[in-house]
Amino acid sequence: MALKTEEMVLNMGPQHPSTHGVLRLELILEGELIVDVKPHVGYLHRCFEKHCEAMTYPQIVPYTDRMDYLSSMYNNFGYAVAVERLLEIEVPERVEYIRVIMGELQRIASHLVAIGTYGLDIGAFTPFLYCFRDRERILSLFEMTCGARLLYNYIWVGGLSHDLHPDFVRLTRDFLKDFKPTIKELNNLLSYNKIFIERTANVGVLPLDTAINYGMTGPNLRASGLAFDLRREDPYSIYDRFDFNIPVGEGTHGTVGDCWDRYYVRVLEMYESIKIIEQALDQLPEGDVTSAIPKRIKPPKGTIYTRVENPRGELGYFIISDGSLNPFRVKVRGPSFISLELMGELCKGHLVSDVVAVLGSIDIVLGEVDR
Amino acid sequence: MYELLKDIFGNDIIAYIIGAALPLFVFILPFALFAVYLERKISAFMQDRLGPMRTGPYGLLQTIADILKLIQKEDIVASETDKKFFNLAPYLVFAGSYAAFAAIPFSGMYIGSNVDVGIFFIVAISSLVVAGLLMAGWASNNKYSLLGAMRSAAQIISYEIPTVLIILTIVMVTGTLSLEKISQMQTAYFWNWMIFGGAGWGLTKFLLFPFMVVAFIIFYISSLAEVNRTPFDIPEAESELVAGYHTEYSGMKFAMFFLSEYANMFAVSAIAVTLFLGGYQSPFGYLGNTLGISWLIPIEQLFWFTSKGIFFVTIQMWLRWTLPRLRVDQLMAVCWKYLIPYAFVNLIIVGIITLL
Repeated sequence: MALKTEEMVLNMGPQHPSTHGVLRLELILEGELIVDVKPHVGYLHRCFEKHCEAMTYPQIVPYTDRMDYLSSMYNNFGYAVAVERLLEIEVPERVEYIRVIMGELQRIASHLVAIGTYGLDIGAFTPFLYCFRDRERILSLFEMTCGARLLYNYIWVGGLSHDLHPDFVRLTRDFLKDFKPTIKELNNLLSYNKIFIERTANVGVLPLDTAINYGMTGPNLRASGLAFDLRREDPYSIYDRFDFNIPVGEGTHGTVGDCWDRYYVRVLEMYESIKIIEQALDQLPEGDVTSAIPKRIKPPKGTIYTRVENPRGELGYFIISDGSLNPFRVKVRGPSFISLELMGELCKGHLVSDVVAVLGSIDIVLGEVDR
Repeated sequence: MYELLKDIFGNDIIAYIIGAALPLFVFILPFALFAVYLERKISAFMQDRLGPMRTGPYGLLQTIADILKLIQKEDIVASETDKKFFNLAPYLVFAGSYAAFAAIPFSGMYIGSNVDVGIFFIVAISSLVVAGLLMAGWASNNKYSLLGAMRSAAQIISYEIPTVLIILTIVMVTGTLSLEKISQMQTAYFWNWMIFGGAGWGLTKFLLFPFMVVAFIIFYISSLAEVNRTPFDIPEAESELVAGYHTEYSGMKFAMFFLSEYANMFAVSAIAVTLFLGGYQSPFGYLGNTLGISWLIPIEQLFWFTSKGIFFVTIQMWLRWTLPRLRVDQLMAVCWKYLIPYAFVNLIIVGIITLL
């Protein structure tokens, strides 16, 4: 007589050390094997899109900060680009350069969190603190610029809230000089660690066609082997002036599109961001950063969809203007929300420990999943 | 030692009770306090931090404050737990790891119980821990605890095999199960230690040396797994299983698990030291012998023993804060595919060398 077995349902979250926030995963297990994963979202929903309908255009900027709180600068950036296109205004050169510098610094900071917490998920505690130590310096640069460390409200429609601090350029160069060797240190400590590779290579493999079908963007898509980067494909701001590579997953230790590739693409992207920042600092023009800020933002009737390359992928703003001071509708296409849909697909047939590895590798921020 | 206690108290039973309780109060509790502090400081220095600094000078009193906090904490027992087993489990686990100390020779003067089958007793009694862990995991009525306990049981039982094979290797060479005798055999200078092929000069010693090193490495790796330290801390992998089998425990019961973890860390290091690194023997002869002060020797022995033990505990901490964690199937693969075959081959070769 066969032994009676049944599937076990394990609730992972909303309070769990590795769900990176308040995410609830419903794991259906057979022993320790995953049969299915159902993500339940909404624990952090703050009605961002509904709020926007009652706000004037500049008032929305601080709300965008709070979506993806690990890349607030870039959320500001995307929103500013969208509204500027709606208004059809040009911003001064200096503003564009500062935006790119801030955006790329933010990308490094965000990837550092992603990499550090990924190490933490796999069980390596020390790289996490090394990453946070370096991130701390970026946050200090931001703090020096706009006074805030997490939610900046810095990039405004038509300009910036403050000009750069006189020391900013020097300190940023110092930081970049110190930071390059620490990436190498991180690689030696974590990326090329045998145990780490064992845990992540060939786990959660995302084939390219699945990635495209699910609408994946950003590092997750690039790890599957497609060099698709909005900074190159659909340049906004002044990204067409810089020379940088688009790292893609190569399946160095396993299959293309596994967790290790997704992790390592982020490491490589930090090098590219450093390149962009260095070029931007070299070319940084003088000028006024607040002159182009419109006194009253009242865009003409119309719609706009703008997308920017957020650290996590394509961050799109769809804005409908009815010609008044408030937008009629603001819709955000967030990369984390779309990445999260893949959980079930990626985890099937793996072990419970791999759920953590997969979830960490797609790098979601719950603030943006729920908005 | 017992003669001394018997003289003082004039009663066998009281003397034995005190003799047995001695390592707990004199050694394990202070060691656990110290080890927790050490672990926090080591991790802090590895991670560019300061670690505890506020309670006492350099945060020395931090662990005492933590223990005081744990004692005061409410002892929460969830309504759906199996209360009998839930309450029993932490004590069983602690008893298992504490009992192992009974047969460990701390110095020539003090050994809790000088049993002839010392090493066998330790292997047997530390298996008791598995029962306690399973009990804790099952009685908690929590899926994370259950998964943690299951992993723990599988892990500890699997890794006991290479451990025992290596112990067998040593027993084959020394011809005794008594830890006291094994320690005595490795006396005088460090080249008499088992890892260097044991006492005496001859072909056997040089032939044994490489295989003893292999044996030591295998033993150390599997002992790491037995005490659930990184890279084998899968049962309590906090990123997956919250806290594994002790998720539901709070207050003093949690402290019991905690204490037994640190006691275990020292116990396995102590066994490794006794089997391979001369036990309580000094590596360069004794100051007491040179000066002619006989009572200095046991104190020196205690010093060497604890230093060697703490050295290996420190290595465990070092590994913990450097390495990521293996997955549960990989952990089993390491044991069954690598450690056990190597240990077996090692055992056979050492057997042949001993016959020569």
